[in-house]
Parts: sequence; structure tokens; C-alpha cells
Amino acid sequence: MSQKQIVQATINGEPVEFLCESRQSLLEVLRDVLRLTGTKEGCNNGNCGACNVILDGVLVNSCLVLAVEVQGHTVTTIEGIAPPKGLHPLQQKFLEHAALQCGICTPGFIVSAKALLDQNPHPSEHEVRHWLAGNLCRCTGYDKIVRAVLDAADVMSVEAR
Amino acid sequence: MQAFEYIPSATIEEAVTILAKEGDQARILSGGTDLLVQMREGRRRVSTVVDIKHIPEVNQLSYDPRKGLDIGAAVPCYRLYGDPAICAVYPGLIDAAALIGGVQIQGRATLGGNLCNASPAADSIPALIVLRAICVIAGSAGRREVPVEDFCTAPGRTVLQRGELLVSLHLPPPLPNSGAAYLRFTPRNEMDIAVVGAGASVILDDGGKTILSARIALGAVAPRPLFVPAAGQALAGRQPSPEAIEEAARIAQTAATPITDMRGSAAQRTHLSAVLTRRALAKAIERAQTRR
Repeated sequence: MSQKQIVQATINGEPVEFLCESRQSLLEVLRDVLRLTGTKEGCNNGNCGACNVILDGVLVNSCLVLAVEVQGHTVTTIEGIAPPKGLHPLQQKFLEHAALQCGICTPGFIVSAKALLDQNPHPSEHEVRHWLAGNLCRCTGYDKIVRAVLDAADVMSVEAR
Repeated sequence: MQAFEYIPSATIEEAVTILAKEGDQARILSGGTDLLVQMREGRRRVSTVVDIKHIPEVNQLSYDPRKGLDIGAAVPCYRLYGDPAICAVYPGLIDAAALIGGVQIQGRATLGGNLCNASPAADSIPALIVLRAICVIAGSAGRREVPVEDFCTAPGRTVLQRGELLVSLHLPPPLPNSGAAYLRFTPRNEMDIAVVGAGASVILDDGGKTILSARIALGAVAPRPLFVPAAGQALAGRQPSPEAIEEAARIAQTAATPITDMRGSAAQRTHLSAVLTRRALAKAIERAQTRR
């Protein structure tokens, strides 16, 4: 029953093959098997968003996905957000706006914000706040995070021109 | 999490066979946003998890103005509100689909799962009831259909028998001059569970001045999502006046038998039953009048 299974997936653009038990979440495998420890474990029940990843273009809690479910699918984690050199505009703007203190929620916020900007490049403040409702931060407060995301959207739309 | 056997099922027949063999020890996995939490917390012992997302039929989402809407049991919420045609025709359903959890929950969670989890507070069920949804159920003996208001029997319990699974939900095409709405009361706007939820639908006459029929359903005020036929019947033949709406709200409130728990007191829930019925009806009437 606890026999390990082979799973093949595309993670951050690379084909990846790993062994896991069916009871292991995608979050556990990312961190403990693939050593992609940028994705954080917070509540482990889908409330805090610290473990958010993008699965086939859709934002999900990796704690609520079994690793065996990603067979044949595409996953983007925080490690897949930055370009080969430098930072993603979201990462840059989180730094400039001091949108983090302890940092454990930050990868989840940046992955969530990336998923938002991928489908809505010019979100309103309300849309940003609504979208990020499933990400909890217990130290910075949300204003700086929201400002960082809005600023990143502006920078990205200028760069895209 | 406890160890279990994971079976990605390729067909309905295969899934039904496994469910018949394993009984209560097997559980269907679609979005997993309830199931995996329950298993991790030890609230549900499962030895076999049957993943139905590889079955084409349960992933189908199709709308036809003549046939209505078919929602496969494994269709996540985001696909519903990502479809402009469905948003335009079934805004009352979208009210609920866009409220369940947050965006990352809606990326996985399904209406089929919301229904099979059978929480009295499930957001989608009052909306499905007022929209006259039919549950399509597959078993080893074939298929049967159950009106959604009869699907849940108690908290966490449904009419599904051993060896049965929910395949899809069917919503009839909306009639002219009809409208529906779902809303809920929660301390937070998102990522919360309804203290009370209310769904309403109305069908008006061609002039929009008379209610031909109406349906009201409440969430989180009874052991299962509560359909209140008498509240809708009280509106039939009436003008959509504040007095008529008030009477329906009072009937819905009387039907509610809420409990006190960490989300709200019985008194608060009784109060909210009338408030939310009134507001859901007003919204449903407004939608019916603007979509003539």
C-alpha cells in the first residue's frame, strides 16, 4: 500500500521524474523529495496560501494536491518565477515596498500575484485584495503587499510595450 | 497522512466497480479540498482513493440554450466563472461558485464535491436547489437521477449507495423572465464558511409585474441544505412587492431550525434567514427584470 510510485511532471519548465507514496502531498514532495524548499508549509489545510503553486496555469494550494495527481502535468513554484538572471518584477517590488518581514508567506504571495497578473495584467486594488484573500500574512500587513503587486503590474505593462 | 491506495480510474464503470467492492473504505477524489483535509486530520479513514479526473465525462462542462447546463462532477469552480456564456445565463450559480474558499480553492474544488461532502453550510447547494439541478448518479445497475434538494440526507451523508458515484449535475435552461441569486453572511468576505446562506429564484410574467413561481433554499440552518417550497409558493401570482417578499422571508425563517456553534448562534441564524431570503429574492427579481 505504501509502495512508491513513479511520477513524471514538468516542474519549472524541466521534465522531472520522482518517486513518492500516494499519501504524500505535492507540497511534501516539492520540499522533501525535490528539495524545492521555496514553497512553504503554513497551515497544511488550504487556508493560508503559503504553499501556493501554479498547476497547468491554475493557482492551487500544493498541500491540497496529491503528488501522484501531477502525473503528466505542469507545475510552477516560486523557484520558477525569476528569470535566469535577476529578479521578477514582483520580487523586485516586494523588496522596494518592504512587503515582507519574516518572509514565510512571501513565496506564496508572489506565486499568487504571478497567477493574477498572468490572467489580469492590470488589476484594480480591489481585484488584488480579493485575489490575495487566500494568502495570510501575520506580520507585514497587507497594504505594502498590495502596493507592491500594483507597482509590479505597472512596471510589467511598461516593459511589455 | 494515513497510507492508502491511489487509483486513477479511467472509466465510470471501473470507478463504480471499485466503490462497490470497497464500500465505505473507498472515497472519490476530484478537487480534494475537503477530502485531503479530512484524511490528514484523521476525520475520515480511507483505504482506497479513486481519482475520477481522468474520466472524460466527469470533466465535461457544456451549455446549450435548449438543453441547459451539464456540469461534470470533477469540473472545478473556476471553469464555471471562466465561461462567459454560463456567467450570463446562470449568475445565481456563479454567485456561489465564486464564493467557495478563495481563488486557489476554486482552482481545484468542484460543485460535485461540494454536494457529496454534504455540509449543511455548502455554498453551492442552495443555489443548485433554486436552479432545479438534477444529480446524475451512476451505479452498477445503471444510472438514476435525483433532484438536488433530495441529495443530502444529514451532515456528511447523501443518498449515494454503496457502489454509486455522482457523474454530473444537470440544470434546465433558464426560462424567459427568470432570475436567481445566492448570498451568504460571513465575517470575512472571502475564505470563510457561511453563517447562513440563501438562494432564491423567480420566474416573472412577460411584463415583469407578477411572480409566476419562486424557489427559496437556505444553508447552515438545518442538518442539510434546506429547500423551503412554501416560501416560494407564497409568492406565486403575487406582485414582486416588499410585502410579498417579506411574507416569503418569514416563511423561510420559520422553516429554519439552526443550531448554535462557533460560527453563530441559533438566534443570529434565525434572524439572518429572513434578512438573506429578502435580499436574495430582491436580487433574483432584479435579475429577472433586467434579463427579459
